[in-house]
Amino acid sequence: MTPAEAGAIPYGAVLAIAAMTLATYLCRSSGVVLMSWVRITPRVQRALAALPGSIVVATVVPIAARSGPDGILGILVGLVVMRLVRNELAALCAGLAVAAAVRALAPHA
Amino acid sequence: MSSPNPSTFTWQGALIGARMMMPVLPGLAVYALAFGAASSNRGLSLAETAALSGIVFAGASQMVALEIWRDSWTPLTLLTVAVVTATVNARFLLMGAAIQPWLRDLHPARKAIGLFFMADATWLVSTRYAEGGGRDHAVLFGAGILSWIVWVAATIPGYVAGSLVAEPRLYALDLVMPVFFASMAVPLWRGMRVSGAPWLVAAVVALAVQAILPGYAFIVAGALAGALTGALQRDPG
Repeated sequence: MTPAEAGAIPYGAVLAIAAMTLATYLCRSSGVVLMSWVRITPRVQRALAALPGSIVVATVVPIAARSGPDGILGILVGLVVMRLVRNELAALCAGLAVAAAVRALAPHA
Repeated sequence: MSSPNPSTFTWQGALIGARMMMPVLPGLAVYALAFGAASSNRGLSLAETAALSGIVFAGASQMVALEIWRDSWTPLTLLTVAVVTATVNARFLLMGAAIQPWLRDLHPARKAIGLFFMADATWLVSTRYAEGGGRDHAVLFGAGILSWIVWVAATIPGYVAGSLVAEPRLYALDLVMPVFFASMAVPLWRGMRVSGAPWLVAAVVALAVQAILPGYAFIVAGALAGALTGALQRDPG
């Protein structure tokens, strides 16, 4: 930590937080702004309809693939319980319980 | 969006959103505790840590920012932290695009505020509610404000207690978001003919990109590929 480091900006941490805030809010808002300019053709409609599921799949599948049997089993059990009872809390509890049990029984799996 | 219900903005909607957030709150709290602890270990002040949680309000990018945090900043390192943040949070752009039709009738000022609260779980809760035909936009606010309170409130004891915080892996709380996301796949499934191809493409592209590129590019790439596949499909109706 050298306070006189070349080119150092006063209030740098404040500016860094401001820069992150701006970048994040632009990410949050620009999708909505962009889509309000796009004309909703049947093709755009189909892309939008496929988007939420695609976001979920593209998030979960790589995480499952890189986690161990605990993560994979937890995610699968969550899916099955959700399919059976259609209740997020039940699905989440079951999935986490199974993952925790796998970790307890095979801590180095 | 072709729902006959008029759009509304009520306390009842806010309560629905808050209730739908309940299952993920313990995971959110533990994540925020972990961020607070990591931030204190990295040498940030309590005010800086609380500000990151309170006004950036995006967990993954807050964690990544700690890795490139400086004791003194130059224009270049400020630009770097902004670009890295935007990269980690690029998925919000797609989430916003996906939820835009639902938000169309919302007053612009409320839309601007509501979007501040859009993060992984609040987007998911609002999407689930919208897919069920719900038109009360206060759902996003109820889910968002509750998760913001929990997120900021849990960051501070995490900072103060530092490494004393309990091990989240013990209760598998680090898996809350993946399992919650996976369970949401069930109501989003529209049958093999509609969802089959986009989901398969999204999964394959996301896996391939994860193997090649670091960070969170796999979410954006897989989601875009899935949406494109949906666009190219013949109308299933």
